[in-house]
Formats: sequence, structure tokens, C-alpha cells
Amino acid sequence: MAANGENLTSVDNTTTVQPPAGTIPAGASGGFGALAGRLFPWVFVGLFLAYVLAFLVAPTVVLVVQSFIGDNGFTLSYMEGLLDYQYMLAFENSIILSLASAAVGLVFGGLLAYAILQPGAPKFLRSMTTSFSAVAANFAGVPLAFAFISTLGTLGFVTVLLKHIGIDIYSMGFSLYSITGLTVTFAYFQVPLMLIIITPALEAMRAQWREAADGMGATSWQYWRLVGLPILFPSLLAAFLLLFGNSFSAFATPYALSDGNIALVPIDISNVLSGNVMSDPQVGAALSTGMILVMAVVLIIYSLVARRAARWRK
Amino acid sequence: MNKRLSLFNWTIILLGVVFFFVPLIVTGIFSLWQGGNRYGFSAYALLLNTPGFWASLFLSFRLAVETIALSFFLLVPSMIFVHLKAQWLKPLFEFISNLPFVIPAIALIDGLTTLYTGPSWLISTPNYLVIPYVFLALPYAYRSMDVGLTTLDVKTLTEAGQSLGAGWGRIIFWVLLPNLKAALVGATLLTLTIVMGEFTFASVLLFHTFAVFINDTGQNAITEAAALSLFSFLITWLFMLGVLVTGRRNPASLGGAH
Repeated sequence: MAANGENLTSVDNTTTVQPPAGTIPAGASGGFGALAGRLFPWVFVGLFLAYVLAFLVAPTVVLVVQSFIGDNGFTLSYMEGLLDYQYMLAFENSIILSLASAAVGLVFGGLLAYAILQPGAPKFLRSMTTSFSAVAANFAGVPLAFAFISTLGTLGFVTVLLKHIGIDIYSMGFSLYSITGLTVTFAYFQVPLMLIIITPALEAMRAQWREAADGMGATSWQYWRLVGLPILFPSLLAAFLLLFGNSFSAFATPYALSDGNIALVPIDISNVLSGNVMSDPQVGAALSTGMILVMAVVLIIYSLVARRAARWRK
Repeated sequence: MNKRLSLFNWTIILLGVVFFFVPLIVTGIFSLWQGGNRYGFSAYALLLNTPGFWASLFLSFRLAVETIALSFFLLVPSMIFVHLKAQWLKPLFEFISNLPFVIPAIALIDGLTTLYTGPSWLISTPNYLVIPYVFLALPYAYRSMDVGLTTLDVKTLTEAGQSLGAGWGRIIFWVLLPNLKAALVGATLLTLTIVMGEFTFASVLLFHTFAVFINDTGQNAITEAAALSLFSFLITWLFMLGVLVTGRRNPASLGGAH
């Protein structure tokens, strides 16, 4: 730190004394001060990169190494351990939950965005939805879980209310603490997120396309099937992948909702980390590596699709 | 052209209103429930007198401020420099800013606890959380700054400053930062929102932040948990409104720590 401070002052001194750049070839007579001035910004770039390397890249590499190295060198046994029933179930649940909540977000968020973008929709509705979405997409984790426990938990307000009028949703097979319940809860941040992501793509749909289709006698269904959806497809797919990833890595909401008692990959990792279950740290590392692999695949496909989706927005 | 919304579109909007407002209203009612048919503010009164409430709230706020300070220290000078002189580094910075999406919080904390078992002055105080929090905030802080820098003519401003004899420190603090105010305020508010609600790192590392406090409260006192949930919704609302007002060009995008 002290060295940085010194550099800063020396840079200031030399540049104020020196005539404006250009009159004297830079570097020729600047001496140490000019050199320090040129090197100085690299200190910050270096600091940033070192920070990322030390606290993001290195921990990830350690995890990956740990899940492949046993007592006798390289081994696949930890990764094969993920095929155990318990961990297969966690991955299966996580993937089902992510697919389901992404699908709900996609359909409902998409329809909602479309509805409020219609020329007939009241203006206040549009601005209200935009700001509410920004809040709801960021409102998640523990408070969201408790809001839904108050609403749809076993003693939740809506649950009890429905029971009074003769509909017992829990005896009908619904449970807030299941994958179905989590899907409903996740919709609270997935739908607004979808709305935020898809709005630019919907706004780029030109009214002329619809008019042209109408002019040639196309029905609304034909327009969507042959024109609208094919154009939107890359944007929708990109949005779906982001929603999937968003749900796959979610930890706080399911943890608070189930008090850590639901088979999902992030919950299993936290149980290994906190010592709630007796298993080797390598199991946790293998689970984490598996999670990173899934996320990497999802986001690589996303970046490929997103490039295509940008085509119609130029 | 049919200028009125179809019945189908109205149904969708109505469903949305119900789905998004009912949990909030119900949480509000729940937080006022005092058993039986009695309603009042006892849950709130109780909370204000719980030492853990203020302690955890201040801790989370302090961590948020520290995270913002460290993020800006690491990002602002290096990003300005990359924009000006080292455009070839931009793809690397962009790639890094997306890494936190690929590496889920729970996996990162697994790696951090495996790799770093000391020194204890670092890992045994809640300040340790600031290290991973910087990564939680990174994608948003980076994007906000990037938009700010792209719309600003950094090159001309810097050259003007240099020709008047200003050094780097002066250019950054007196010329560039004031012009990046909207971007920085946006990044600040998003980071505040994310850190105030962060649960994953804090709960695994056993630090009593606000989200951990809400979770602990909720395990035995559901009405107080409802009050806290509503309170955190209002905090999020306040910060996000700030984001929307200050940076209409920087739409708040992806959600934070779920």
C-alpha cells in the first residue's frame, strides 16, 4: 500500500512539472517518474487479476483437483460416487426444479410481458410492472421463503382459507416443502426476471410484420407459428437457459423453506460443509464440481444462443 | 387496429397481480397476528427490542459498505485504464465478470473453505465475507461501470485533464468519477441489495448477518419472521427504486443471491 501511495505522488509531481505531452518525446527525458506513471495503472489491473485468481479461480481449481485426486493419485471414484442413489436424486431434483421453474417463468413471464406491451395496456401498468419486476427479481432467499410459508405453508393464510371453503390443498397432494412448492415459490423471482430479459426482444418485434401477415390473411395462430415464434425462438431459449441457471444455483430459498431437508445439490453441499452428514470433503468437492459443470454447459450454450438472438435487434 | 386489451391479456395481468400481491399482503397480515383473533404490532415491537436484530442489520450494512469500497477499489481504476489504454484486456474482464454465474455461491464457499484454513485474523471475523461478496456483486458492478464508461468519452476527458497537467489520481477523482456518478450509484445500490439479503456464505461460515438472523427467527417465531420478510422486501424496494431512478440506462437485471 505504501508503495502505491508513493507512486501516486511521484506521478503527480512529474506530470505537473512536465510540459504537456507531445512537446517532449515521452519516455526520452521523463526518467523514473514517467516510467512509474506508465506502470502505475498496471498495478490496479494486476491487483484485480490477482484477487480473482486467489479467491475465485484458485478455490475452483482446488475443488476440481480435490474431486479427482485420492490417496493414491488420480481417481474417478469420487465422481462415480455421485452416481449413488442419494446424490443422483439431488441432481435429478435440482434439474427437475430448474426445468419446471424456468418453464413457468418463461411462459408466464413471457405472456405477462406481452400483455403489458400491448398498445392498449394502460401506461401506469407498464411502469409499475417494470419497477416491481426489478424488486421481485431481487427479492429472494430467506424472506421470500417465509413470505410463502405465511401464504401457502401448512398453516399459511391461503391454505387455511381454502380449507374453510372445503379445499384442502395438502390432502390433494400439494406441499410447499416439495419440488412443486419450490417451483411455485421460485416463480416469484423467475417470472419477473423473464419479464426483464424478454421485454427488449418483444419490443423489437415490428408492428409491420403483424400487419403484413394480417394483410395476407393469416390468422393470429398462423402469425405466431410461422413468424413471431421463429423470430423470438433464440431469445426465448436464451432466457430459458438463464432462468435454469438462476434456479439451479439457488440455495437460500430452498434451505429456509425446508430447513435444509430437501434433496437438492446445493443443500447436499451445505450439509457436507457443515458436517451435518458424515461424508468426506471430497464428496462435497465432487458435488460442487458437478454443479459447476452443469452451470458451465448451460452458460456456454446461452452465450452461443444469445449471439443469434441479438440479430433481430439491430 | 384493435386498441383494447383482449380478455386473455387481462386475465394474465390479473393472475400476475394476484400471484405477486397476495403473498405480500398475507405476510403483512401474518406479521400483525397475535394469536386467536387479536392483531397488533407486538411482533414488530418485540423485534426492535431483540439485540440480534440491530446487531445483524448493522453487520450486514457494514459488510455491504465494505464490499462496495473493495469492489470500487479493485474495479474503478483498472476498468478506466482498460477502457483507455488496454482494450485488448476487455474480453478477459468481461469473461471474469461472468464467472460468478458459472461458479455457484455454495460451490465457491466450498472451495474457499478448502483452500484457506487461516490466517485466523482473516477467516474468523465476519469481514472475511467481504471477499466472496465482491464476486456476488461483480457482474452487476462491472456491467454498470461498463455502460457508464462506454457512454462517456473517457479518452477526450483524460487527454483534456492531462494537457492541463493533472495526474492519474486527479483525473480519476476530479474528472472521471463525477461523470460516472450514475453508474456508481447504480452499482452501489445493487451491491447493497445483494449483500443485505445474502445468506449462503454467511450461513455456511456461521456469521450472524441479517439474512441468517431472519432464518433463525423463522425457525421458531413465524410472525416475527413475517415481519422481517416484509421489512426486507421494503429495503429491496427502496434500493431498487434508487437504481431505477438514478440509472434509467442501466436496467437492473438478474437477481442476486437466491
